[in-house]
Amino acid sequence: MQASNLRVVDEDREATGLFVAAPAGREHPQPTGLARTEDVLRAAPRPPSAALPPPPSPPYFRLLAWARQHLPGYVLAACSLIGLVLAWHLATKYKLDFYIRFTNIPTPGEVMDKVAQVSQSKRFGTHVVLSLRRIFLGFALAGVLGIGLGLLIGRYKLMRSLFFPALEALRPIPAIAWVPISIMLWPDNEVSIVFITFIGAFFPILLNTVSGVQAVDGVLLRAGRCLGAKESALMWHVILPGAAPQIFTGLAVGMGVAWVSLIAAEMISGQFGIGYYTWEAYSLITYSEIVLGMITIGLLGLLCSGLIRLVGKAAMPWLAFSTQGGER
Amino acid sequence: MSDAPKAGRGHIAIRDLTVRYTQHGSSIDAVSNVSLDVQPGEFVSIIGPSGCGKSTLLNIVAGFLKPSDGKVLLDGAPIKGPGADRGVVFQQYSLFPWMSVRKNVEFGLKMQGVSANARTSAARTLLGLAGLLAFENHYPDQLSGGMKQRVGIVRALATSPQVMLMDEPFGALDSQTRVVMQEILTNMWQQLRLSVMFITHDIEEAVFLSDRVYVMTARPGRIKAEIPIPLPRPRTPDMTSSPTFLALVRQLKSLIREESLAAMGGELGARGLEGFDRSLAGEGMQAVL
Repeated sequence: MQASNLRVVDEDREATGLFVAAPAGREHPQPTGLARTEDVLRAAPRPPSAALPPPPSPPYFRLLAWARQHLPGYVLAACSLIGLVLAWHLATKYKLDFYIRFTNIPTPGEVMDKVAQVSQSKRFGTHVVLSLRRIFLGFALAGVLGIGLGLLIGRYKLMRSLFFPALEALRPIPAIAWVPISIMLWPDNEVSIVFITFIGAFFPILLNTVSGVQAVDGVLLRAGRCLGAKESALMWHVILPGAAPQIFTGLAVGMGVAWVSLIAAEMISGQFGIGYYTWEAYSLITYSEIVLGMITIGLLGLLCSGLIRLVGKAAMPWLAFSTQGGER
Repeated sequence: MSDAPKAGRGHIAIRDLTVRYTQHGSSIDAVSNVSLDVQPGEFVSIIGPSGCGKSTLLNIVAGFLKPSDGKVLLDGAPIKGPGADRGVVFQQYSLFPWMSVRKNVEFGLKMQGVSANARTSAARTLLGLAGLLAFENHYPDQLSGGMKQRVGIVRALATSPQVMLMDEPFGALDSQTRVVMQEILTNMWQQLRLSVMFITHDIEEAVFLSDRVYVMTARPGRIKAEIPIPLPRPRTPDMTSSPTFLALVRQLKSLIREESLAAMGGELGARGLEGFDRSLAGEGMQAVL
């Protein structure tokens, strides 16, 4: 971020092509007054390459610079993770029991054995795939509805008055609390789990979209209108991209809540899925499977939010240069 | 060199305009009984103390606000709302941050349904004429303030408007950049001869750029004076030290000063303009305390 800011182009003083006409009376020497463009130009000649990145340095040098900048961070991250696993290993190996009981908790080694074991069969993969499908369906639905409704509610007072009270009444109810009703509402267990996932993701996406729309700079809307944009064009070309950074914040938060909701729903009413797998392991007293389930859930969540960050970065390339709010 | 504006379109006529708004139940006039003209091809500035309603005036012509009383006509037709026949340049940077410089310039043409190829080549031509082609693929956040405003001007020109409305376009720039931008703008105007309604509070800027300057009173804004600027065209920076220029600036300064004092009357209070009622002469604040 810093590096790109340093390269912000300041070419106010460059020659301005056709629009700088040579006015009459230039020959006369001037005592004081305003600086002429030409004077400024002569005083501060700009090499044409000023806006270009610096010339490439040898690869080993760049590698060294990269290492100096990033290596301490990576080393600390590795220490942090190793420390966690080590603590786990020691606590479980010596079966620590001081109010917290590690007596039944599997060791990291036992969990690793389980990983090797489940990778032999298809059963575990099926659970993962089913959970991912539910997340995808619920989240996609929440995205489409949340962004769509959010744009309308954020933009139009009427829509706001019409939809917001009902949505605000539903919002405080956690997705998990919907589980019993959801089972009754939907004909099929699969649909009801997708519905729970949807409920979890919907509200963060909706609320962030609404506030993103309301935060779009008014001068951009006015600029759009006096360039001839009608309402629909304004919505598509100005309001949607203007709200995009906050919409992506909503998507990232929504993805997190979607996973929470999915796992809870699977634990309560599922027959498949990684949440069900984890809960079933508890019922069947296969403790290393519990931990494997937990770790898998964590990794899948990480993967999904990473995916959203990646899509956000690709969809909003201008944020790389933004001086304000670029870090989202 | 003929300085007479070319016969053509782009005539702004404001007749007995009043803009009123209600605040906490009482109605306040932002602009009161204003009549003015911008002739086709004429550069007209409107200056006044802050809060005098000069931006309100521009927002009316741009179509963002509706008159409470009076008429606002563009080439004889009442203004109904915002439209691409009036190019607007704002004080705040108003380029769309998510579009490249070229896409920003293309935007107005895209709204008119011009095909992608045609508008790209139009935008590149315009950017080339303004010396900005090298930056066509930059995002606005990669540009300096002056560059952003130049792109803003080019974007407003792309739809071939009959008039340009400029609301303190250089107000956010540092004074060195502003001087250069003024020169670029006057040269640009020399080539294009559009009608320009230019809002500013910078007296030198108004005199340097304009054919005529309207001075507004403190709120409610009325027209206090109309000053023709007889400086020859094209304008050059060395004119800013000419006796005519300096006399005009002095005249305008005293007109504006009266209004600024009127506008600030209440807040100046008992101390008036004295600032501080005791000379400390190096004694430091302790001497008073």
